[in-house]
Amino acid sequence: MKTGTSVGADPRSRPVSRLRPAGRVPWVLGLPAVVAAVFAVLPLVYLCVRALERGPGYAWDIVTTERAALLLGRSVGLAAVVVAACLVLGVSLAWLTTRTALPWARGWAVLVTLPLAVPSYVAAFAWLSAAPQLAGFTGSALSLTLVSFPYVHLPVAAALRRTDPAQEETARSLGLGPVRTFFRVTLPQLRPAAAGGAVLVALYVFSDFGAVSLMRYDTFTRGIYTSYRASFDRTPAAALSVVLVALTVALVAAEARTRGRARYVRTGTGTARPADPAPLGKWLVASLSWCGAVTAAAVAFPLTTLGYWLAVGNSATWDPARLTETATATLGVAAAGAALTTALALPIGVVAARHRGRVAHLLEQAAYAGHALPGITVALSLVFFAVRYAHPLYQELPLLVGAYAVLFLPVAVAATRAAVLQAPPGLEDVARSLGRGPWRVLREVTVPLAAPGVAAGAALTFVVCMKELPATLLLRPTGMDTLATRLWTETGTASYAAAAPYAAALILLAAIPSYLLGRHRT
Amino acid sequence: MTELRIEGLTKSYGPPAPPVLDGLDLTVPGGALAAVLGPSGCGKTTLLRIIAGFLHADAGSVTVGERVMTGPGVHLPPERRRIGIVPQEGALFPHLSVARNVAFGLTGLDRTTRRRRAEEMLELVGLTGYGERMPHELSGGQQQRIALARALAPRPALVLLDEPFNALDSALRAGVRADVRAALRLSGATAVLVTHDQQEALSTADLVAVVRDGRVAQCDTPQQVYRRPADPWIAGFVGDAVLLPATALGGGTADTALGTIPLATDTDTDTDTVNGTGTVLLRPEQLELTEPTSGAVGGTVTEVRFYGHDAMVTVAVDGLADPVDLRTAGPVAVQPGERTGIRVRGEAVLHS
Repeated sequence: MKTGTSVGADPRSRPVSRLRPAGRVPWVLGLPAVVAAVFAVLPLVYLCVRALERGPGYAWDIVTTERAALLLGRSVGLAAVVVAACLVLGVSLAWLTTRTALPWARGWAVLVTLPLAVPSYVAAFAWLSAAPQLAGFTGSALSLTLVSFPYVHLPVAAALRRTDPAQEETARSLGLGPVRTFFRVTLPQLRPAAAGGAVLVALYVFSDFGAVSLMRYDTFTRGIYTSYRASFDRTPAAALSVVLVALTVALVAAEARTRGRARYVRTGTGTARPADPAPLGKWLVASLSWCGAVTAAAVAFPLTTLGYWLAVGNSATWDPARLTETATATLGVAAAGAALTTALALPIGVVAARHRGRVAHLLEQAAYAGHALPGITVALSLVFFAVRYAHPLYQELPLLVGAYAVLFLPVAVAATRAAVLQAPPGLEDVARSLGRGPWRVLREVTVPLAAPGVAAGAALTFVVCMKELPATLLLRPTGMDTLATRLWTETGTASYAAAAPYAAALILLAAIPSYLLGRHRT
Repeated sequence: MTELRIEGLTKSYGPPAPPVLDGLDLTVPGGALAAVLGPSGCGKTTLLRIIAGFLHADAGSVTVGERVMTGPGVHLPPERRRIGIVPQEGALFPHLSVARNVAFGLTGLDRTTRRRRAEEMLELVGLTGYGERMPHELSGGQQQRIALARALAPRPALVLLDEPFNALDSALRAGVRADVRAALRLSGATAVLVTHDQQEALSTADLVAVVRDGRVAQCDTPQQVYRRPADPWIAGFVGDAVLLPATALGGGTADTALGTIPLATDTDTDTDTVNGTGTVLLRPEQLELTEPTSGAVGGTVTEVRFYGHDAMVTVAVDGLADPVDLRTAGPVAVQPGERTGIRVRGEAVLHS
């Protein structure tokens, strides 16, 4: 409209940032957030204190023994094999379900994410009870792969849906065949997503206790447990724990880096048109068999085995009173764990969503410490702490609930933060301008608006608390069992028919909140 | 009727960035609606957030009536300022009904008084009977009017409107704008409207403050800002402008490529420099097409853009480097490539 001598808009004008500048965190939020953050990093700090108690030399001797090296080698080896297998399964299934003319592609896409709901020790129970000779490395690798490959599948499938098919079409038009196009154009774009998923799988393997302990394969977590049970000297267990935590922290750092790069790869693509599905032709039968085999092994097989053991059970193995008691106890501790975790997560989640700057960032990072802490290390740290400083709490419920809170704070904080972010900050400004102080704004506006998301986070925390094994084993009050610990004990003594009802109850009880969560999301 | 007085307001987000507000001064008389107009990034949103108390200023003061809101060592929290805000997109509380949204700020009153006041407010914005609805059941324009009712309900001394009509489609915008303006008039509140839309500022406000680089570049009535802009940049920002090199001739006229043009004398600009040279500002609607034979000023039509209510014609004027735009109402009689004459109506502003 403006030509010639007409004057245009100011060339110096720059886009205004709609992000809110770092505001002061009001104390009604800041104080509880600091308390929760300190609580979250306390186990890590105390573990280090305890490991170095007898001097760094002593701790160094423990972590450099032949046994420690053996444990480390086994953990790393197991992780390498499981990650490789997950990459093959995850990438192939992601490509088949998103980019090809695979029949029932959407159904397969849902089916292959279901293993996420299977705890590793349930998978181990299924394989071990069907084929006891699998115990050891093979069984561990098999069960862990079949429960953790969705960690690769999900991000890779998302990346495939996002990448612009025009790039692949360009490659084809430049003379590359479909296979070379996949390896030279598609795969490089998937690398950040696949790498992120692989790191999550490795983290899962390093932290896993259930599958390796049932499969009697001595990795770091099982070694720590044995060392704690076998000796009155707690320093070896603490020192080994510190090494394990160092490994997992390194993995989390690596994961954060791959995520940063993944974002970079995505910039500027905009909304890509969906790709035309590739015809499978003569590969159709092979592709369907592959999807069918993975689903059968990861989903159908554990359920069938469970059904078999339930069916062959008899009055000697089937104890309804004990099952009811265990289920009630499980629901109780999981509810307490979810309640405490959500309460601690709320202030941190709000601060993380609404404030920027170093303090807010630090609080959020502290809350995510649990993400890098294997359950067994948190449990040990709390045991050590309680024995020395809070003996009345040792093997009492509060300690167990506290461990749940440390372990699953990341889940609840992420949910709270996302829920608060969805409510526009303008609403809080309006409430302030209408005469409400910060505390009342939190109570009357922020929390009611974020409530559905926070409740979803609480439900998710409830499920993961219910399934938690290593910390529950170490910290449960004497005489109390959860479904997970009973399942673990019975499987450990090869009483598979006795273990089955606990596995079934666990899956059923965990399915209810998961189902409600699914409905909430849609 | 409460006056808003802002003096020397300064704010920067860290040393590497230039200050967002750089000693901004602005006075809005009680009961007036002032538009703060500026391009993105000029600091207008920061200004609004400081007035409301969401941000701390580095220096300067904000006074509403006799109360100092922000000043040296003073920072009233937003909840104690009695300043209402109408944010972009309304931002109604989605978990509360319309009536409870409007009554949100009515604290310390009994139930019946609150209800009566909320109903009064709904009536004021023309939405009587909508109290029981939920915000998502309202159209965008209705939400915006409810947001205004909510801001006005506690009888604030000052109301701030942050680009409140941005989210509305253009057909609705004019109507909602008129409703909001009428409701503000009735309430008697002083109001500040932040916008980057010059049409909105000119048509809605009593007073337009053009902000540039964190300062008020000009603050005047819409007519004055449009007709007598303080500098060529403002001229171009508040509307289409035709700028011509000119030489002042004395006697309130200037010589340009379009002939001798009478100069406006009632401005602060340097019309006294009788023999100076400078730039004169004309608006495209001050130029008129004439028959090319008249022998005076002529040129060649290069482009014609038809908008319906009027048309913009670009003419390469003989002896002028850059072509000029002129706006003509009614049917367009010329085509690109044709010769035409040009005549100037009204007065121009000379900037040295």
